[in-house]
Amino acid sequence: METSAESGRAPVLAARRISKSFNGVQVLFSVNFDLLPGEIHALVGENGAGKSTFVKIMSGFEQPSSGEILLDGKPVRLPANGQAEHLGIVIIHQEFNLAEHLTVTESLFLGREITRFGVLDRKRMRAETRRALDLLGSKIDENAMISSLPVADRQMVEIAKAISKDARVIFMDEPTAVLSKEESGVLFEQVRKLRDTGTSFVFVSHKLDEVLELTDRVTVLRDGQWVKTAPTSMLDGESIAQLMVGRELSSLYPAKREPDVDEEIVLVARGITTGFVRDASFEVRKGEIIGFSGLIGSGRTELMEAVAGLRPRHSGEVTIKGVAMSSGDAHAANRAGLAYMTKDRKSKGLLLGSRMAVNLTLQSLDQHGKLGYLSPKSEANALARAMRRFDIRVRDGRVVAGRMSGGNQQKLMLAKVMETEPEIIIIDEPTRGIDVGTKQQIYHFISALARAGKSIVVVSSELQEVIGLCTRVAVMREGRIVGWLEGEEINEQEIMRYSAGLKKMAG
Amino acid sequence: MHREDVLDMSVDGKGQAAEKPRSFLKEIDLRAVAPFFALALLLIVGAFTNPNFIGIDNLANVATRSAFVAIIAVGATFVISSGDLDLSVGSMLAFVASLMILFMNSGAIADPHLMLAAAVVFAIFAGAACGLLNGLVTTLGRIEPFIATLGTMGIYRGLTTWLSQGGAITLRSSEIQNIYRPVYFGSILGLPIPIVCILVVTLIAAFVLYRTRYGRHVVAVGSNRDVARYSGIAVDRVRTIAFIIQGLCVAIAVLLYVPRLGSTSATTGILWELQAITAVVVGGTALKGGAGRVWGTICGAFILELVGNIMLLSNFISEYLIGTIQGSIIIIAMLVQRSLTRKS
Repeated sequence: METSAESGRAPVLAARRISKSFNGVQVLFSVNFDLLPGEIHALVGENGAGKSTFVKIMSGFEQPSSGEILLDGKPVRLPANGQAEHLGIVIIHQEFNLAEHLTVTESLFLGREITRFGVLDRKRMRAETRRALDLLGSKIDENAMISSLPVADRQMVEIAKAISKDARVIFMDEPTAVLSKEESGVLFEQVRKLRDTGTSFVFVSHKLDEVLELTDRVTVLRDGQWVKTAPTSMLDGESIAQLMVGRELSSLYPAKREPDVDEEIVLVARGITTGFVRDASFEVRKGEIIGFSGLIGSGRTELMEAVAGLRPRHSGEVTIKGVAMSSGDAHAANRAGLAYMTKDRKSKGLLLGSRMAVNLTLQSLDQHGKLGYLSPKSEANALARAMRRFDIRVRDGRVVAGRMSGGNQQKLMLAKVMETEPEIIIIDEPTRGIDVGTKQQIYHFISALARAGKSIVVVSSELQEVIGLCTRVAVMREGRIVGWLEGEEINEQEIMRYSAGLKKMAG
Repeated sequence: MHREDVLDMSVDGKGQAAEKPRSFLKEIDLRAVAPFFALALLLIVGAFTNPNFIGIDNLANVATRSAFVAIIAVGATFVISSGDLDLSVGSMLAFVASLMILFMNSGAIADPHLMLAAAVVFAIFAGAACGLLNGLVTTLGRIEPFIATLGTMGIYRGLTTWLSQGGAITLRSSEIQNIYRPVYFGSILGLPIPIVCILVVTLIAAFVLYRTRYGRHVVAVGSNRDVARYSGIAVDRVRTIAFIIQGLCVAIAVLLYVPRLGSTSATTGILWELQAITAVVVGGTALKGGAGRVWGTICGAFILELVGNIMLLSNFISEYLIGTIQGSIIIIAMLVQRSLTRKS
């Protein structure tokens, strides 16, 4: 077991034999952890490995059931509810903590406003905000309303907020989940700069390439237990992934299978135009998996929502198996065999306060009884079938969706969409925020569906995903489809060239 | 067809977490049980206050008088579960009742039985129309339900005052009066008809809310409109229908109200919206939507009427403070509900 003694520096924050149980269920087993001054320390593990709980304990949001936390070598009891910020320990949450109706400056100084003679010193707060944003190389207007910012900018504001608090230890829980590659790059540069001035970071991420690129050391948790801590330079993606799942990963992506050229075309979108999307056209064959790549905010989701009838279109046509769809009629699209699976599982996909069965059948209640009557037995059967089919693992079938792990939620959402027995499935960010093992499962589900004759559109910000799954890939930029890639052309460089605007389709 | 053979894949090597049997007590949802517990407590308190309280006659009387608010509150359970609110129910009751009496007074149909039957149908349509108006103003007009129904509350109340010219509207035909009176004062198999009415309405409502597609849609729309929309549910239609159900429940309350006194005035049904909403909240339905408890609502309506009854039978609180007590109950109920939510 590695200790801090090797490096000769004393850890700024350390955990000694931390355990934690919730209602008698143990989620952390005697975990040790050292965070050195001026290091970026990755914390990785599958969903449910205990990362989030561990981060909450180390930042005072939860108290450990046993074990101790050392700050500068001295045992401390971290104050609850974010008061640990006064000790220089700041956490950037996975879910945003920004009030939508405040400006950037107001959110940055929320709860710690600077005053002069009891009156808000707006000028100084604006200047401080500008400084923090400049430090991040961000061009966000400090007077902009949070509600007017895209998610990526909101993440930047969160990070600026942490910087402006002069933190010594910053926990970042999946900070790049909503950032594009460029934005992540800018963020990493700033993180490195802050590290060089002595700030320590704990970086929680599922993106192993980022872990390798950014961090100095890696700690792996598995099933609530400490598995390994090692310098990042001694590891590679494959070995980290193996430590996380505790088994050999067979190939992450199943073999691709291209449909025959004369296979039936099931979905045609022609000249789709909405508020942001301009003149986008594509078609999908039976049994085909096509991909949509591009930066965050390039209009992919808007296009798909317009195709699925969840958003009205200004012009353009959608034809499903030869039947023209009217604009903004999600129900008709659903009936015609098209299903859209949202990327936003917490606010658009699942009823977090409801049980699994309610979520599963919500979109397909017609199947579970006559004349509007619902048969509990039929619903229970559907749930049992879906849990088997999509390998949803929960302790108790009556658990509410909000208490399930991200991976299980994602599987439940996929199951819910599949209950409508669609022929065409649009999957927006199929694996956002879920662990490697579940990712692999979802890729195999997608591949199996295509082999069973379903047509699938994958929208993803993870290049590897699109490259690994799809036989044709569209790249979007600023609301337009700027490129189509096939076969060998589907690689990271090509996609980036199109999405960065360096290359455009001929014509 | 589900292709389980193709899709069924499991990953080995990851042990299932230790399964712990959850105790039976933990399974009980405190919010669902709390109102019935409060009702039992109130019955005990009442018995100590006055020996006449616990008698069958008094309790049957209390339950009968709670019928109006209970039936309106069943409708409110739908509206609140779908994430909306209807403040207009008290005024709507006065308005629909006034229209019904005026219709019977018009003498359009000579035969009193036929006239009464027509008036019943008329009242039901009037209630549904009032509910539809509330629903359309809220959904099509995209106005907060609080404001939309505050507006229609003023409209219905004003129209009632205008129809009665500030006085009372009284059923003139004594023939109809005599036929109609038993609907409130009569009984079936020893049960007063209003109590039978409560039971029937609640049974139907519970079936619709818990056992039908529409009920599931109500809960989904109330918990999260976006999730409902992305699941292909016609959100505005679900909300509007909830308002119509509310209107129908008000109409049923009218059908019981009119035979009692045979007249309405500008002050009929004042503050009943407070009582109805209080009954729903006391019954454990979440005011932010997403969880409806029909039987809890009925329990809440009994509790409100019992509190009034105890105040009447005891000598230490003036019955003129009834509104104050009911107002306090809704606030206490909210506090209790929240503390129970945190624990669970």
